[in-house]
Amino acid sequence: MESNQSDYLPILIQMLLAVGFVVLTIIGSSFLGPKRHSKNKDKTFECGIESVGNARVPFSVKYFLVAILFVLFDVEVIFMYPWAVNFRAMGVEGMMKMGIFMVLLLVGFFYVMKKKGLEWE
Amino acid sequence: MSNSSKIITDAPAPEGFSGEGFFATKLDSVVGMARANSLWPLPFATSCCGIEFMATMASHYDVARFGSERMSFSPRQADMLLVMGTIAKKMAPILRQVYEQMAEPRWVISVGACACSGGIFDTYSVLQGIDKIIPVDVYVPGCPPRPEQILDGVMRLQDLVRSESVRRRSSPEYTELLASYNIK
Repeated sequence: MESNQSDYLPILIQMLLAVGFVVLTIIGSSFLGPKRHSKNKDKTFECGIESVGNARVPFSVKYFLVAILFVLFDVEVIFMYPWAVNFRAMGVEGMMKMGIFMVLLLVGFFYVMKKKGLEWE
Repeated sequence: MSNSSKIITDAPAPEGFSGEGFFATKLDSVVGMARANSLWPLPFATSCCGIEFMATMASHYDVARFGSERMSFSPRQADMLLVMGTIAKKMAPILRQVYEQMAEPRWVISVGACACSGGIFDTYSVLQGIDKIIPVDVYVPGCPPRPEQILDGVMRLQDLVRSESVRRRSSPEYTELLASYNIK
């Protein structure tokens, strides 16, 4: 049975209605609710004392390295999923191609290990 | 209608018009009832009265059955400020800032003799009553007051909240009251 693009229009309308309702009620209640503002009231709460400086603090780059290497190797695994599904159909030739792909990424992995990129001192 | 020896467990309904399966009343009464039965406290416990409040929070005296299920330590999410204990003059600006940063509607209960009037500490370092710096709604005397007394104070506050106008925060009376404490 054939399904056109236009068959999915009701789903789009339903999503717009749901998201639109949420957005409208949040914005609407912010206009309708009573508020009182004053200089001291709007200050950041720090248990009654004056707050000093910015709350943003620089954090070390190790976190970024770990995250980005994870993303790279995770993408490699994602490429292996279609191969897993069509394993038999792709046969030995497919295995050779995937093998070359994985060896290239393995070279990158050895580079990371030698450069001590994942050391967490 | 009810036996005088029976304990009344139903809360009195607000004035309204009832019929088959519906009850119509003023919005103020409903909002007042909702606010009164869900007062979230900000425990500003400094001394011995704080210990009595801990007993009040515990299961025997249980302030949660009055709606104070969640103690909020953030003034933005609290309804009533429970000042329990001796407030030194050094602590006074901190208490004032915490009160100012509370979101309306807000009420203050001053628990214990020290918070009400300085208590037995009539000295240079103790603030002689928190109503010198913030407006107080209910005073609970005692040194320290029993948990039942603290609960009685909460119930008095509930009566106050139930009959309060919904638009109080924009009324000139409220603004004047805060201005008398130099709070904007």
